[in-house]
Amino acid sequence: MSEDGVSNGRRWFLIGTTAAFGGVVGAGVAIPFAASWTPSAKARAAGAPVEVSLKKLEPGQLIRVKWRGQPVWILYRTDSALSTLDQVTDELRDPLSEKNQQPDYCRNEARALKDKYLVVLGKCTHLGCSPTYRPDAGAADLGADWLGGFYCPCHGSKFDLAGRVYKGVPAPTNLPIPPHKYLDDETLLIGVDTEAA
Amino acid sequence: MKELISNNTTKLMDWVEHRFPIQAIIRASASEYYAPKNFNFWYFFGSLALLVLVIQIVSGIFLTMSYKPSAEDAFASVEYIMRDVRFGWLIRYIHSTGASAFFVVVYLHMFRGLLYGSYRAPRELLWIVGMLIYFVLMAEGFMGYLLPWGQMSYWGAQVIVNLVGVVPFIGDLLALVVRGDFVISDITLNRFFALHVIALPLALVALVVVHLIALHEVGSNNPDGIEINDNLDADGKPLDGIPFHPYYTVKDIVGVAVFLIFFAVVIFYLPEMGGYFIEANNFIPADPLKTPEHIAPVWYFTPFYAILRAIPNPLLGVIAMGASIMLFFFLPWLDRSPVRSIRYKGPLTKIALTAFVIAFLGLGYLGLMPPTELYTQLARFFSLVYFGFFLLMPIYTSIDSTKPLPDRLT
Repeated sequence: MSEDGVSNGRRWFLIGTTAAFGGVVGAGVAIPFAASWTPSAKARAAGAPVEVSLKKLEPGQLIRVKWRGQPVWILYRTDSALSTLDQVTDELRDPLSEKNQQPDYCRNEARALKDKYLVVLGKCTHLGCSPTYRPDAGAADLGADWLGGFYCPCHGSKFDLAGRVYKGVPAPTNLPIPPHKYLDDETLLIGVDTEAA
Repeated sequence: MKELISNNTTKLMDWVEHRFPIQAIIRASASEYYAPKNFNFWYFFGSLALLVLVIQIVSGIFLTMSYKPSAEDAFASVEYIMRDVRFGWLIRYIHSTGASAFFVVVYLHMFRGLLYGSYRAPRELLWIVGMLIYFVLMAEGFMGYLLPWGQMSYWGAQVIVNLVGVVPFIGDLLALVVRGDFVISDITLNRFFALHVIALPLALVALVVVHLIALHEVGSNNPDGIEINDNLDADGKPLDGIPFHPYYTVKDIVGVAVFLIFFAVVIFYLPEMGGYFIEANNFIPADPLKTPEHIAPVWYFTPFYAILRAIPNPLLGVIAMGASIMLFFFLPWLDRSPVRSIRYKGPLTKIALTAFVIAFLGLGYLGLMPPTELYTQLARFFSLVYFGFFLLMPIYTSIDSTKPLPDRLT
């Protein structure tokens, strides 16, 4: 300490501790303000899991369910529909579902827990339009080799009956599969993951 | 390496400085802005008012994100903020407590001005701008109080807007224009919202900037009420001045820390302050068909409300209430004392100021209470004292004895 009473070490210590404490207070105050931007209880309640009964679903029929304000499709795939999945493999961008667009329990060719039911988010991975269900094989506008699938009217992206994207279309990835589980044989819960067996 | 970094930092700072003189501004307004060295406790409240302004703007912005300014949705959206929005309760209580805290610090800030004669020449404009800030703040508080659309919001606004109606000839028309409807309604709520969140805050911020510019032009007064610029050293710096930064920034940080402790205690433990910060009736949705049994304004308006009620004639009551606020603007010319600070003023001024403080607090209390016979008489007495303080000031300050002023700060 010099004659005029200035101790630089002490001065920097005080500045440092004051700034540190101030920083902690600032961060602490920022937490509630930042947290207030996360979905409120109301938004979370509106985004709660949705229970769907599959009793009345007929073979080949597609129903749309709203989950978190988005369309979720549930498609009853017949054996003939499932048999198309093998035939289009070469034309697909990601036939083995390697990209992370589905929970692990749906990382299979049919992209489903039960092959019979496809549960998929009906939202094109290009710019978010909802594609149309086009089961009509050989449809005039989609080409003679069309085996059925989904077609996005916005920019012409095509997906097969497991929601896998074709090559050469704007959509980059397969349609996402939302988390879901079966409560019993014919009741589906969308929004909750199936626990590992 | 270290040298290289510091060289480049200097270069960058010079580059900025030539285009925007940030360092010169900081020097002129902080590190080479000299303030009297004898600031005491009373000098915390200016910077605290600035802090509360920031708190109100930030918390207000976040409330606006979840609030809905319509008669249909307003009350429910406030409950939504309180229950469903994460930390919404905290942000709302910060804002509601901040409103009261704003008036606490502003009243103390104004009282400091009264104590030390901070309104005296050459600080008349500084004082007047400050009073304008206070005026806008009252409008801000009043309009903000309507937004939760509770019973007290509704009937409080009803009463205050009807005050406009006593203006001769055009009163009814004026009240109609303010409300935009025949009663306080969705339309009124919507426009009060616009004024509360945009117009008045903009005016407030602009006035605060003007207040600070004026302050830095004339320099702060001090508890001795003498000019530090009368005693300069060889470099032209005031002998009794110290640079605002670091001396008063450090002092103010301590004030801020202590203030925030009190602020946090209220937010977390007493957010309604026993009905003084948020009145019980405001937890009931506004009902145009049913007036609550007892209407009282929020505490910071009650002194003026008590003056209004003390006078039996409605028009005269409104005039008296308006005058009670307007008189503050004339203080620089009402005070004829040769000295500024209460430290060197004589007994008459000290008695007058004490009586005024008692009358102000008394009126504040009476404004919260139902008007019984005794209370009305008391309110009349306090109103006389209140007006006497201002109107007799030219007399008692000129005949009062004074103590000799020191040459330098004590």
